[in-house]
Amino acid sequence: MKFKTYRRVESLDEAYQLLQEDRKNMVVAGGGWLKMSSRTLETAIDLSALGLDRIVAGEDTIEIGSMTPLSAIEADSGIAALASGILSQAAGAVMGLSFRNLATVGGSVVGKYGFSDVLTPLLAMGAELDFYGEGRISLEAFLKKKGRTADILKSVIVPRSLGPGYFKKVRKTRLDFAALNLAVVTTQRGYRIAVGSRPSAATLGEEAMEILNSADTIDEATIEKAARAVASLKYGDNPRASKAYREHVAYVYTKRAIEEVRDCED
Amino acid sequence: MKKKTFKTVNTQFPSVDGKGIMMGRPAYTDDFAPVDALTIKVLRSPHPFARIASIDTSAAEAMEGVEIVLTHKDFKRNPFTRAGQGYPEPSPHDKFVLDEYVRYVGDEVAAVAAVDEETALSALDAIDVEYEVYEPVLDFESAKGHDSIIHPEKEVYEMFPIGFDPERNVAASYHMEIGDVEQTLAQSDVVVEETFYTQAQAHTMLEPHTVNAHIDYQDRLVLFSATQTPFHVRRILSQTLEVPISRIRVIKPRVGGGFGGKQAIHGEMLAAAVTLRTGRPSKLTYTRQEVFESSYTRHPMRLNIRIGSTKDGRLTALDLQGLSDTGAYGEHALTVYMVTGSKVLPLYNKVDAVRFAGDVVYTNHVSSGAFRGYGAVQGNFALESAIDKVADKLGMDPMALRQKNMILEGETSPIFEVMGEGTEGTAMDMESCKLDYCVKRGMELIGYEEKSPRREVSEHKIRSIGGAIAMQGSGIPYIDMGAATLKLNDDGFFNLTVGATDIGQGSDTILAQIAAEQLEVPLEKMVVYSSDTDLTPFDVGAYASSTTYVSGNAVLKAAQQMRSRLVEEAARSMQTSPEAIIYEDGRFEAEDGSPGIDLGELATKLYYNEDQKQLTTTGSYYGTKSPPPFMVGFVEIEIDRETGELDILDYVSVVDCGTTINPALARGQIEGGIVQGIGMALTEDEHYSKKGKLISKDFLNYKIPDNYTVKKLTTEFADSYEDSGPYGAKSVAEIGIDTPPAALANAVENALGVRIRSLPITPEKIVAALKESRTDT
Amino acid sequence: MKIELTVNARRRSVEVSPDDYLVDTLKKLGYKSVRRGCDTTSCGVCTVLVDGDPIPSCAFLSVRADQRAVTTVEGIPETASALAEEFGQTGADQCGFCNPGIALTVHAMQEKESDTDDETIRRHLVGHLCRCTGYQSQHEAIKAYLGDEK
Repeated sequence: MKFKTYRRVESLDEAYQLLQEDRKNMVVAGGGWLKMSSRTLETAIDLSALGLDRIVAGEDTIEIGSMTPLSAIEADSGIAALASGILSQAAGAVMGLSFRNLATVGGSVVGKYGFSDVLTPLLAMGAELDFYGEGRISLEAFLKKKGRTADILKSVIVPRSLGPGYFKKVRKTRLDFAALNLAVVTTQRGYRIAVGSRPSAATLGEEAMEILNSADTIDEATIEKAARAVASLKYGDNPRASKAYREHVAYVYTKRAIEEVRDCED
Repeated sequence: MKKKTFKTVNTQFPSVDGKGIMMGRPAYTDDFAPVDALTIKVLRSPHPFARIASIDTSAAEAMEGVEIVLTHKDFKRNPFTRAGQGYPEPSPHDKFVLDEYVRYVGDEVAAVAAVDEETALSALDAIDVEYEVYEPVLDFESAKGHDSIIHPEKEVYEMFPIGFDPERNVAASYHMEIGDVEQTLAQSDVVVEETFYTQAQAHTMLEPHTVNAHIDYQDRLVLFSATQTPFHVRRILSQTLEVPISRIRVIKPRVGGGFGGKQAIHGEMLAAAVTLRTGRPSKLTYTRQEVFESSYTRHPMRLNIRIGSTKDGRLTALDLQGLSDTGAYGEHALTVYMVTGSKVLPLYNKVDAVRFAGDVVYTNHVSSGAFRGYGAVQGNFALESAIDKVADKLGMDPMALRQKNMILEGETSPIFEVMGEGTEGTAMDMESCKLDYCVKRGMELIGYEEKSPRREVSEHKIRSIGGAIAMQGSGIPYIDMGAATLKLNDDGFFNLTVGATDIGQGSDTILAQIAAEQLEVPLEKMVVYSSDTDLTPFDVGAYASSTTYVSGNAVLKAAQQMRSRLVEEAARSMQTSPEAIIYEDGRFEAEDGSPGIDLGELATKLYYNEDQKQLTTTGSYYGTKSPPPFMVGFVEIEIDRETGELDILDYVSVVDCGTTINPALARGQIEGGIVQGIGMALTEDEHYSKKGKLISKDFLNYKIPDNYTVKKLTTEFADSYEDSGPYGAKSVAEIGIDTPPAALANAVENALGVRIRSLPITPEKIVAALKESRTDT
Repeated sequence: MKIELTVNARRRSVEVSPDDYLVDTLKKLGYKSVRRGCDTTSCGVCTVLVDGDPIPSCAFLSVRADQRAVTTVEGIPETASALAEEFGQTGADQCGFCNPGIALTVHAMQEKESDTDDETIRRHLVGHLCRCTGYQSQHEAIKAYLGDEK
């Protein structure tokens, strides 16, 4: 990616104004994937002077600043204590450490990358996004919105009232993108299941959640039904895996995930 | 066996250059690029097969900072081969510096040299090309006789018969038969027939291909190049660009990995052309995408194998026939294919009949070329997978079947005489072959008795063992030649200059160890330099597992001559006869007890005080045989029976490479090869789009092993001594890569009962095979 | 635009474009150990430390190095030299192209982690691709180096 000017903004408002001014102005988060794009921008907006790289643990939530690098998420003990540490695991599963020192949670979320590892657990955990401009919106709703946002992500907010969780990244090698990401979390309102790298971006397994959350007991038949439902979400082919293999591992790991989470809860 | 206690060889020393490199000192080609070098960028074809109908470079040429733009119109149609082999080459001369045809996505269309990278890239955008697009050949199994002829040009030729038939898209062809295979198979109790596929594999050495050129003060063309073959580069440049060879100097600084990928010519031709025409220094460094898209890969193959056996497990016949995809150009087309037979089939030398045949075809894919273990790794996958199938059919243990039939010390195979690399072969007996020990020891190390074939360790996980044996060679007899020069300096240290090319394998270090051993001096007295076509003696280069054996023997000869010259000079100085001198550890003593002299003192006298003269010796060597290293590889895997995902718990290698000159570096060669082989077996795959464009053109999409891929590597060497090698050594560079594909395929079958016949062995293929086997039953 | 940074504790001032990457700026400043391996942040060859943290300099915008401390392997000669000794013992000193980056990551790990067990070493080093060694000899050498330093 090329750009003509670079602005380290001093306020969110300044960044916001720049973004509204010209469609060729863009917030550059960590910049890990900048080189992969051949676009030419007018102004690159840098938020790094705004203190958005902090993880703040509140009473009910943990608020992760949008410029927080993935390596800091991986290392944060409060986040590790949430939902069996699935968000830490997912952050730590991204490429090598030096890349994770660069890549930010905001970049992963706003980019809506299909291959993003952290989107899947964040979605399962019921994360909310706090935008300058639009205000708070659930990640679930954000992912369903089309097109790019002209607002600026301030932070990602995850609830603390989560039960056990499960995260699996199916991949060829440690440094590979996922062939499939799966996250299962128990919340006060029941099970939440998210599947990413289908290869399109993460989505909730709503039918499977409904099956589990309306069942009296989570027995083998219920698990089987839920796993079938996850396997029937929309999957596709790419060089990492075929649609058929994705359906297969989604099924297998959903079963294992629910069993594991259920047994943890007991 | 002449084994004795050594002082310097068979001993662990750090690499002579390891520390300086770790500390970041300038060492590699690009570190030496002139600061004012023009940056060369190459315009590459977006089409797999097309003719350049018109090309307009005027806008690019008019840009400020653009020094020159080169297209096919600027070059004589003088075909060469990039292969970087002995001369005359057994590869077709089918490549032009720039051509009006482009034959794969990434083929060269034009080159720009400009003051900086940004200007060069803008100039590429300004070149206007119209293509006449042809139907490409993207499936190698339909290449032969395809309507699209990839090399229709009249100028291409073979230097001697290699089966070159460009009108049918055949780059090379080979056939040999010993005994009567059909009849023997017909009379065999058991016949196994299998078809295997191997994929293109990328070398992915960490240093991309890079070269820089300048004209020196004597008006000669000087190139720094990250090459494995500086002398071949000099010759090919001279022949192709029609510059006298005496006006070219090629310097190979430290090279950041090669594995065969830097055996061929890459950017050298364009950098030389730019500098010759502009008189200005230039440099050309491939982007990682260019390394993937525009260098070359391992030859993909289809291999059909038939093995006959008596019912008590005596193998009777081997029949290996296949098809190899050389891509757009025919580098190593014949030699790689021949090795698929010649470095694999002699493993089972007691058969009554053996046949090997096949074609190597052109396609519109990235070219194929030399890559560590070339041919052997493909052939080994087919043979050693099929051997397990034979054992299964016979109800025999697969290692017992191997032990019953494999080649042993003192034996030979008729194949050695029939098949060489591109030519006929050389008969030889296995004077050192500890394969029997390797297999036994490997079984102990992996825990074969307890763990083979499989154990269930949890609800979802199974552990299993798979094994395979392998052989390689040590250079190409009567073709590969290496030379070394030793120069004595005052105070008794030496310069060892070799044409052999250290590309990271540690050859500078082990060659210095050989010289130091013979001259009985500490290793730090041996200052080694490689390689520079002006300053170092000839060597074909680093390939074909030739350096330890061929170049090592050359070093030993130079050192032996130096030792006798030193003894003569000491005798003269001590006023006695050479026969009366005892030389040990840097000191000359006379038998009669008269006063001796230290090497350092003698040397200083020779340059300053007494009968002054320079002592220099040169040894050169070519093999008259190619003693194979042997090994066994065993893998223990833990596999998920539902998802097909597997972990490698341990990979055991027991290797006979004769004496290990430097045990840690030998281990490095084996383990590096094993893990590359594991990459080929499990994760590495070239993906093309339907239109013939490479998708796996970066490390995000082409997955080589990382430090989590293998839990443990266990590597041991057999006690072995090859009389014809330097201090008993054979070569060790390639053999490590051979066993993993078959060993892993065998382990997967042992775990789950499914046979994967195409590489890589992915969880997805395993799951598909499991589904199929369930439907079958 | 002009940026001011320290490289290996030396203050440097350099003119950069907004879309320059640190790898090129460091090369321009003459730090030859900073080399390119891939352009997709996948290989670890171009690793340098920024304020003590390893980052891929091929993806790090030079403007972001303004007022920060950059370390290349030339800036950690003791670590590099001692680590090289251990690489030499295990045979991990092969082509060496990845070694300066590895030395920097090991240096940073040492500063950050009190307990450097096998998993910690693997986790820190995983972004450094090596095609020569098969990784085990590197791993053993790094372990030995960390053991010696304790």
